[in-house]
Amino acid sequence: MESIAKQKIVEDLLPQKFGKPGKIWVGILLVFCALGLFAYIRQLTKGLAVTGMRDYVSWGIYISNFVFFVAISLVGSLITAVLRLSDVHWSTPLTRIAEIIAVSAITFASIIIIVDMGRPDRFYNLFIHGRLQSPIIWDVVVITTYFFVSILLLYFPLMPDLAILLKFKEKTGAGLHKLYTFLGSFWKNTNAQIHINEKAVNILSITIIPVAFSIHTVTSWLFATTYRPGWDSTNFGAYFISGAFLVGAGGVIVAMYIFRKAYQLENYITDSHFDKMGKILVLLALLYLYFNVNEFLVPAFKMKKSEEDHLLGLFTGEFAPVFWFAITTAMIIPILILVFKKGRRPLPAFIAGILVVIGSWFKRYLIVTPTLLHPFLPMHDVPASYRHYIPTWEEWSIALGSLAGAMLIITLFARIFPIIPIQETITETEQNETK
Amino acid sequence: MKNNDTSRRDFIASSVLAGLTLAGCSTKDNPFEPDIQDQVQPSGETVKLLSVNGEVIEVDKAFLKPVPDLPTVSNEAARIGIPGKKFVMVIDLSRCKNLKKCQASCNHMHHIHPGQNWIKVYPMQEAEHTAPYWQPTTCMHCDEPPCVKVCPVDATFKRQDGIVLIDSERCVGCRFCMAACPYSTRVFNWEKLDLPKAISDKPYSCETSVPQKIGTVGKCDFCPDMVRKGDLPHCVAACPNGVFFFGDMNEDSVTNGAETFRFSELVKDKSGYRLMEDLGTKPSVYYLPPVNRNFPFEPEEQDTTQKNS
Repeated sequence: MESIAKQKIVEDLLPQKFGKPGKIWVGILLVFCALGLFAYIRQLTKGLAVTGMRDYVSWGIYISNFVFFVAISLVGSLITAVLRLSDVHWSTPLTRIAEIIAVSAITFASIIIIVDMGRPDRFYNLFIHGRLQSPIIWDVVVITTYFFVSILLLYFPLMPDLAILLKFKEKTGAGLHKLYTFLGSFWKNTNAQIHINEKAVNILSITIIPVAFSIHTVTSWLFATTYRPGWDSTNFGAYFISGAFLVGAGGVIVAMYIFRKAYQLENYITDSHFDKMGKILVLLALLYLYFNVNEFLVPAFKMKKSEEDHLLGLFTGEFAPVFWFAITTAMIIPILILVFKKGRRPLPAFIAGILVVIGSWFKRYLIVTPTLLHPFLPMHDVPASYRHYIPTWEEWSIALGSLAGAMLIITLFARIFPIIPIQETITETEQNETK
Repeated sequence: MKNNDTSRRDFIASSVLAGLTLAGCSTKDNPFEPDIQDQVQPSGETVKLLSVNGEVIEVDKAFLKPVPDLPTVSNEAARIGIPGKKFVMVIDLSRCKNLKKCQASCNHMHHIHPGQNWIKVYPMQEAEHTAPYWQPTTCMHCDEPPCVKVCPVDATFKRQDGIVLIDSERCVGCRFCMAACPYSTRVFNWEKLDLPKAISDKPYSCETSVPQKIGTVGKCDFCPDMVRKGDLPHCVAACPNGVFFFGDMNEDSVTNGAETFRFSELVKDKSGYRLMEDLGTKPSVYYLPPVNRNFPFEPEEQDTTQKNS
């Protein structure tokens, strides 16, 4: 391969300094993070009383947000592991995007669960008094495992790129150069190293699939192991995982579009990538729709008394607007857009991706909250404010702050490291040429 | 009730102290000898006390010092329970007229956050044409407690004597137990409780469930501190209509303070049942159906929720 072409790839993909829009974007995210932090400090001093949660709705948008983060993090395993192991090569430029989404989302999933705790100061109790029979402990175990496997899946393919980055000290600056040296100076690009690295990534790819399935299945069990109408379902694990792949793939399309625009990556994230991701998204949306039909139609057919209030609340009652909004924006409209070839061009696919992500967030809210408002015994002997749930500004600030924080991690990562794997792109171009 | 009890304990403990003081050992290393700072002027008012050697003596009131509460059982003992017991409650729905004395006394004795209740009295009506009735609910102290199953840190636990308690010094406040409990019996301390200093300074005891701690879950505890002393739980003692019966299944007897029944016979004769039997939680609270009622069902004039909010 000509070194000019190689050089062009390297130059195209080197991390770039933030332009004006980048700086504004980071500034906005920082403002949201700061607001969230401020709200959390208020919550720490005053207790969870600052939230809208009360005895009946004891889990609110924090837990919705937690489920959302865990869900979207699953895409790391889909793009890097599932597609890699099925020998799909077109997804190579997307692996790092998917993996950093996974790492940042799972980080904030852990943070938001601590935010939801009444006594975060006793977090260590989970380790000194942890009991394996509680699904929460299962979640702690699998989420921690997933976090580390994801970090490794991000880091191992990065090593060859770090070696490339080290050659561009003037461009990257001394500070980042030090970081690259620390992380990757041992990489000599020898055949042995490449071989070990490839093998390690393969092992991790195989490992991460059961772990990824576990994190979201266990998260669904936090609900499904209770008796409550709307949660007491054997469908929940598969229902959660299909929804997770959907929102994750939607998130990747959104990130692809933004990175492509911001860093002029049209040659690397091509229209064909949007087309293919669009097809995946349609498939996943149909799958999730299928599970939704199962989840709602079957109990609605029977209309058991305990389920009736809950289901009617979703279909025609107080949650109907949110319910139908979530169903249409997360599934129906994206399917209608992406099922057509024209809809899989970058811009419409991007819009469909955004709809999926937003709809999915509200879907998580609907999974958590309405059920809690329909207990077995009627709500009674409580103050009026306990009978409904309206999140307070503190809750919204913390929830938005955590979303902003996750996006900030992704943004800063793309500033420091190449968001498209350089070495892998070069290798694949070479392979394509020899073919 | 509690106050009487405290003063009785104070009285006994103080009398011991006072008796020894008056015995007048003058050696310096006597731990019971009052310090110089403790010297008080006699007030002239005297009380009669029983000394350690069985004599009735008169002591000046000024010499009496309040002593802290006697220590409750250790945390380990509180987790094991009272050996040989299996506590059970029977709630006779035919006697309940929603007086809520049970609730008031429970709230008072456990210093529960205003507005929250460990005991709730539900207006129930199974179907349109069936009779309405009042249904008080406590914690069901299930033998297969869903809350204990899901607790990640063993903060809520099931004892040998059947009681389910919470260690508020260990609870991390994840509220999974609240989601798991089908009886909606658990409440959460969303904010810091405004308690008198004497209460808030007490070390937390799983058996008294006092003082409740911010950021942790609370619920009905079957008052094991009272039971240990041979007294009845507060709700049982407070109900003027004798709705609540409490007792030991191993002894096969339950009492509401005035009447005592064989538990097995009472439940058999009056067709006792448990709530949500189909869930398999195996509650320790039995209900007697609302037949041959002592009172007609009168709906609440004003919803309590309005009062409390």
